Amino acid sequence: MTSRDSHETNGEPSTDRPTVADGSGAPANPLDVLESEGDVDTSLGTSDKIKKYLRIYIYEPWLVMRRDWRALVGLTIISSYIIVGILGWLFLEPTRMGHGPNQLPWFRSLAHPLGTNLYGVDLMRETIHAIPMILKMMFAGGMFTIVMGTVVGTVAGYKGGTVDKVLSTITDVFINLPGLPLVIVLAVVFTPESAYALGILLTIEYWAGLARAIRSQVLQIRYDEYTEASRTIGLPTGTILLKDVLPHLAPYITIRFVSAMRTVLFSAVGLYFIGVLPEGDTNWGIMLSNAYNNGAMYRPQLLHWILIPSIAIVVLSIGMILLSQSLDRVFNPRVREKHKSDGEESLEEEDEVGGKGKGMTLG
Amino acid sequence: MNWYLQRTLQMLLTVYVVITLTFVLTRMLPGSAIGVLRSRLEEETDMSPAEVEAAIQQFINIHPDDPIHIAYRDYMLATLQGDLGQSIWYGRSVNEIVAEAIPWTLFIVSWSLFIGFFVGIILGSLMAYYEGGKIDVGLTTYGMVAGSIPYYIFAVFLLIFLSYRTGIFPTSGRVGNVEHGFNLEFMGSVIYHAALPTISMILAGSIASLSMRGNSIRVLGSDYLRVARLRGLSNNTIISQYVLRNAVLPMYTSFMIKIGQMFGGVIILEMIFGYHGMGWFMVESVDTRDYPLMMGCFMVITIAVVIALFIADLTYPKIDPRVTTENEEL
Repeated sequence: MTSRDSHETNGEPSTDRPTVADGSGAPANPLDVLESEGDVDTSLGTSDKIKKYLRIYIYEPWLVMRRDWRALVGLTIISSYIIVGILGWLFLEPTRMGHGPNQLPWFRSLAHPLGTNLYGVDLMRETIHAIPMILKMMFAGGMFTIVMGTVVGTVAGYKGGTVDKVLSTITDVFINLPGLPLVIVLAVVFTPESAYALGILLTIEYWAGLARAIRSQVLQIRYDEYTEASRTIGLPTGTILLKDVLPHLAPYITIRFVSAMRTVLFSAVGLYFIGVLPEGDTNWGIMLSNAYNNGAMYRPQLLHWILIPSIAIVVLSIGMILLSQSLDRVFNPRVREKHKSDGEESLEEEDEVGGKGKGMTLG
Repeated sequence: MNWYLQRTLQMLLTVYVVITLTFVLTRMLPGSAIGVLRSRLEEETDMSPAEVEAAIQQFINIHPDDPIHIAYRDYMLATLQGDLGQSIWYGRSVNEIVAEAIPWTLFIVSWSLFIGFFVGIILGSLMAYYEGGKIDVGLTTYGMVAGSIPYYIFAVFLLIFLSYRTGIFPTSGRVGNVEHGFNLEFMGSVIYHAALPTISMILAGSIASLSMRGNSIRVLGSDYLRVARLRGLSNNTIISQYVLRNAVLPMYTSFMIKIGQMFGGVIILEMIFGYHGMGWFMVESVDTRDYPLMMGCFMVITIAVVIALFIADLTYPKIDPRVTTENEEL
């Protein structure tokens, strides 16, 4: 019953499209709309198509999100980081040693609102100038995770057989490896300088969890009625994967994207803190490291040197947790119904994805 | 195939991959690494070039000029015999350093895992049972905030306020100035020094209790719990037999995921607390360019995690018998 042909038809197929690929009456998530609509209108022009995608991927999720305070706060926090980062990069002069008086506490002077460190470096400017690099790194890590995880997981789950065996074995090996020691050694060997390369390096084993979760999801979806219907009609594998399977995985993928970014943030800062990543431009981890090594631990007047980068990390991380919780609501109507006032659902959901994968692959 | 056999093969394969990876990475070390070693040997000793080459091979178990397959064979043989090479910085064998450091790391990690596990279960059950109450709301908020704080930030602030400011705990080190051995004073000192690293790990691990809570709530909502109530079972029985039992399962899986994270996290924590375990030696060896020691630490930490996960996986079916059968279907 499995059609193991692998026509990679990513473009719009010219074949007769089945009117309905979703056998389920009400769409389980907003993205299901995409399937049914995409399947009905085959005559859309490019601009119409873009509009349709915008509506389904941006506008409709937004309708759900704007009623959720988590989404609003999370998005506000993340966009402020982006805006401040860009503005700072454009208009704010970088700081240097001796920029201000030494050891100025925070909130004392308008010229240096967040004070200066032991050497007179303006901490506000230093913190802001670190944002672009951190965000680039997080983005690269997140993208690498979801692309690797989705491709490996989907292909393994859908093709089965030897391909699955090989890919699952690779995934299992990566899942069993602890991330940080590997990252440290790789960083020493390759000394990556660019933020993007670092982001990828930091998620070098993180994608495996997503791949495993997606594989087991694909295995389930594969035998669902509508997928089977598409297969019976003779749609190529690529189309079925794109139209029937992937939309159902979008929630997992999105939430994993956010959590991968958080992992990159945490590990990057931690590894910069202990000084094993190649030092380039300043960032929060290097700030922490300098503070730690220059007596901020025991000198009360230097406490803000540690506090400022810590707050920058924690606030960004809170923003991302809130966003991933609300994303869960956007995608998961069951969650929305069941736990309207519950705060921890997405955390649980996230753990569950990993947990489930863990249980399943034991073999 | 038998599930246990399959899992064992997977573990062996992973160990093999780790050793091979170490070999490849050692070969790929920036040319300067071996150069540094060579120049140091040439300057500091009066060896002949041939002796220098032999010494290099002893240090990293890889002869730089050998063809790759011979080098690989030699490396595998040496490693499988338990020879991890020679530390450049300390002038001792890596095995010796590792053997001396690893108990300390295992001490911190295992205590953090077990205490975190049980605290998580108890908190999670409490939260689920008093859903919506003050305890629940308070712990939920704490969990969310704590989940956003990396463990090393916890560590830094614990260190500032509990060690440097108040002097309750030591600022660094593994053990105080006491005689080593099985005496009470030594044990006390060990626990005293390990307290802060362990606490930082547990505090940051609070997410576990939240996942537990979510799962407990699901159990509480299910029909069979309602039936249990209707049958007039006592609350204690319901909590221990119904809620806990079902909630431990997801806890155990997250426990397994945590093993890897903790062995990674302990590297950063050991640096912050100046705790001379595996992680500390690994990072220090990066700073001192002591590559044999670095690779040795990497290999030992990684294989420790692989074996820990293996053991955790083997015990999992004891807790959830569905696992082995479920896998056969997939």
